[in-house]
Amino acid sequence: MLRIACPYCGVRDEPEFIFGGPAHVTRPNAQVDDAAWTAYLFNRKNPAGTHLERWLHAYGCGRWFNVARDTRTHQILQTYVMGPPPPDPNDA
Amino acid sequence: MTRRSGPFRLPQGGLIDRARTISFRFDGRTYTGHPGDSLASALLANGVQTIARSFKFHRPRAIFSCGNEEPNGLIQLDHSDRTTLCARAPLIELHEGLEAHSQEGWPSVRFDVTRVLDFVAPLWGAGFYNKTFIWPSWHAWEPLIRRMAGLGHAPCGEDPDRYDLHNLHADVLVVGGGRAGLNAALQAAREGVRVVLAEANPALGGHNASRQESGTGEVVAELARLPGVRILTRTTAVAAHDHNVVSLIEQLDSPRKTAPRERYWMVRTKHIVLATGAIEQPLIFANNDRPGIMLAGAAWQYLQRYGVAPARRVLIATNNDSAYAIAHDLAEAGVAVLAVLDTRADGAEHPRGSEQPAHTQWLPGRIPLDTSGFDALRSVTVGRLSRDALRVVSRQTFSCDGLLVSGGFAPALQLYSQCGGKLAYDDASGVLQPEGEVAAVEIVGSASRRVPVGPRVSPTGDTHRQWVDLAHDVTVADLELAVRENYRHVEHVKRYTTLGMAADQGKTSHAQALEIVGRLRNAPPRQLGHTTLRPPIVPVTLGAIAGRDIGERFAPKRRLPMHEWHASHGAIFHDFGGWQRPVVYIKSGESREQAALREARAVRTAAGLFDGSSLGKIEVEGPDALEFLDRFYINNLKTLQPGRARYGLMLRETGILFDDGTIVALAPNRLLITTTSGNAVRVYQWLEEWRQCEWPSLRLTITPVTEQWAVVSLAGSRARTVLAKLECDIDLAPAAFPHLNMREGTLLRLPARIYRVSFTGELTYEINVPADSGPKLWEALVDVGEKEGLQPIGLDTLMQLRLEKGFLHIGTDSDGTTVPDDVGWGKVAQTKQADYIGKRSLALAEHVRADRLQLVGMRALGEKPFVIGSHLRVQGSSSPTDGWITSAGIATLTHEPIALALLRSGRYHLGEDVNVFDDGALIGRARVVTPMFYDPTGERMRG
Repeated sequence: MLRIACPYCGVRDEPEFIFGGPAHVTRPNAQVDDAAWTAYLFNRKNPAGTHLERWLHAYGCGRWFNVARDTRTHQILQTYVMGPPPPDPNDA
Repeated sequence: MTRRSGPFRLPQGGLIDRARTISFRFDGRTYTGHPGDSLASALLANGVQTIARSFKFHRPRAIFSCGNEEPNGLIQLDHSDRTTLCARAPLIELHEGLEAHSQEGWPSVRFDVTRVLDFVAPLWGAGFYNKTFIWPSWHAWEPLIRRMAGLGHAPCGEDPDRYDLHNLHADVLVVGGGRAGLNAALQAAREGVRVVLAEANPALGGHNASRQESGTGEVVAELARLPGVRILTRTTAVAAHDHNVVSLIEQLDSPRKTAPRERYWMVRTKHIVLATGAIEQPLIFANNDRPGIMLAGAAWQYLQRYGVAPARRVLIATNNDSAYAIAHDLAEAGVAVLAVLDTRADGAEHPRGSEQPAHTQWLPGRIPLDTSGFDALRSVTVGRLSRDALRVVSRQTFSCDGLLVSGGFAPALQLYSQCGGKLAYDDASGVLQPEGEVAAVEIVGSASRRVPVGPRVSPTGDTHRQWVDLAHDVTVADLELAVRENYRHVEHVKRYTTLGMAADQGKTSHAQALEIVGRLRNAPPRQLGHTTLRPPIVPVTLGAIAGRDIGERFAPKRRLPMHEWHASHGAIFHDFGGWQRPVVYIKSGESREQAALREARAVRTAAGLFDGSSLGKIEVEGPDALEFLDRFYINNLKTLQPGRARYGLMLRETGILFDDGTIVALAPNRLLITTTSGNAVRVYQWLEEWRQCEWPSLRLTITPVTEQWAVVSLAGSRARTVLAKLECDIDLAPAAFPHLNMREGTLLRLPARIYRVSFTGELTYEINVPADSGPKLWEALVDVGEKEGLQPIGLDTLMQLRLEKGFLHIGTDSDGTTVPDDVGWGKVAQTKQADYIGKRSLALAEHVRADRLQLVGMRALGEKPFVIGSHLRVQGSSSPTDGWITSAGIATLTHEPIALALLRSGRYHLGEDVNVFDDGALIGRARVVTPMFYDPTGERMRG
């Protein structure tokens, strides 16, 4: 069971949250070709290492935020609010 | 006093209360023990040796250890609904009236005819079920084999006990309450941090508990005085999860009926100290599983803690220093210690303590080779090892009834591994040892020690009779077979032989298997890795995991506002997404189908009343509310005027149908959308996700109001007549209140929002009033509607009525591939210029194919009703299937069978006849029609 630091509420148990897939996925405009649109729908990176992802504090404050998690160890390196661009890996 | 509790109880010694006795029963016979005894110690004291039969061969087995690593002594406790199977005898606290049974053996554990299996042992080699018992089929043999190999029986009735879950936060969690654990806890507690200490035994102190000057008492006393310390005894740490979350299971003192039987403690801690000790390992030689053979350290525990002698004449065989002190203590207690065998050639040089028992031989460079004794140990054949320990140069035999073995010590580090710690085989100690470190996890005490060892496997002997895993009857020959058949990886060896897969999880066999497989593969065991040490590390009951969330508390039940009325008027309830919803209301002896037909007739000829309160309702308010919502629907919302309602279809970004409902403008900047009951929460979360993550600059708030409003749907040609009888300030005249409009006002002096939207195909008023007032409105309508023929209708009926109109039920008539055009909404989806979620995906090649599954209606050519899921094939089709029936029913007024279906290129086949298949057989034919069976122009709805 993960313990996740919601930027608004502090550290809480994993069952309070819903996982929301990779973060910083940019929605392209409708003019892109089929290949680019399909890539946006389905293609995702699957790193063995730091993964930037979205979580929702569903049974808490109800806000979405971002998490940098190591997919090998589940160590959570950082959590940060929704909106800003991804953190510089050199800072983490 | 001395012999009352058994022939092997020593006259003094042990931590038991000799002044009091306990009476208990095993296999129907009564025995005596003392407070402080475990079931194992009490049985041993009474000379009850054979208490189990081995898993495959039904060989007699006795207690082997003094801890949770016990592979043999698995007992059935209690009876009927409170019974526990595979309870490990050394861990069972003796109490007055305890009832225990052996688990195998027919007619008895002492005399078991199934032992004949031992005589055909090669039939049961690793993987035997893939090679033998093939004719006529494995399944013919399986029940018999399972019965013979069974390990106890599980209770069948409802669990009468309670199990509680507790949550804890700590700064330091100490696992293990022996000397090292107590000291670690004390150190932390003195710094003023929150400490939790978990000890599996009832008493603290561990191996030192029996020592007078151990200082345990003082430590415990000081811990009791310090704040922020919680000590849990009878509590085992069973699993370590991510982020230093640890699961503990506490066994409460049985048989108190007022307390929970077990407690699950979920501990969130900053630091973990593992003072989990080390598990003694056996030696491998032929017939090393006989009753009378026991781990040396266990024999010492039975002596020190319980005052029990393991046997009368014992031989001790060791490959490390620990056994010498044990020999000394046993001899002092009056046990005849014939010899101490040390597999190390220079064993004689190792310290033996200042007093050596006078009559004990010291035999270095010796290893047990074989044992004899059909029911129990009678003699041990010992071999003298060559200098390189690869051969035996001479033999001798000892008559004895006890053989105590010590093959090294494996630190109990399963939790360390679960915390991410790495373990690797260490040649010097012959077991897995930690490599590297894990932040915030510390190992202390004997779990941190590496005990160097000598040889532990006999170099000769029939490997079919050399046991490695006692619990699953896995021998060295099985390991040889696995490697020979190319199951060489340790994970394959484990699964092919089942070594390490029993309840003891290989605690006394894992290390030996690595050594032996390494030898067979000619590779250093270190290179083999090891199998994963999964949680839980001991068996955990399902009761403890379920806790209180069982029965009525398994899932919350949601009740409609008019629930009481439904319940007292014959409603049959079903669970839909947690909501208890009436499917029909039964009147005097009719069936569910008859009730639905009667209710549907009422709606088509008079009026019906439906509780639709579970319908999802979400208010969206703000200057950008309309712009925001417009991005979710295929329908253009920007022209929506206050008071007007529009039906909307919502898609996923992949273009797939997600939900449908109505959108109404309450005011220019305030909209209310409805969703299907099942998606009420999902749609709300969907809106919030896009607002927070994608369009945070839009100005709006989203408020779910599903449970704030009761929804009473009044449907039928007499609906207006009925409604008009109630006090209402809304003008109901058709010109003033047309179809697809919403009016706010008061009804029966209650605030009300009334929609004219229809899922039944009749004139319908969907009345929203505050939820608490729902019953009042409902009962008032029932009252005034009775003379008009108004009847309550359930969900079965609603589904029947909408089917006749071809109204879409998302998830039933659509699946995870359905797009708007498939269900006839293609034009609307295409016409809307503004972007919306899913729009771009509708242009993908897959979504514009001509042969897509399209929603059509089906009329039967015959009288047999349609079966949902039946497959359809058009004339001349070469595909196995061209689609299937998605919804089916009977036309209310004409009684003919009708259905909706998804059919490949369905619209192209309108007017054609297709074949209908169910379960592979042709059951009929049907005509493809437009999905509309009643009132095609919709004038009844719009009246």
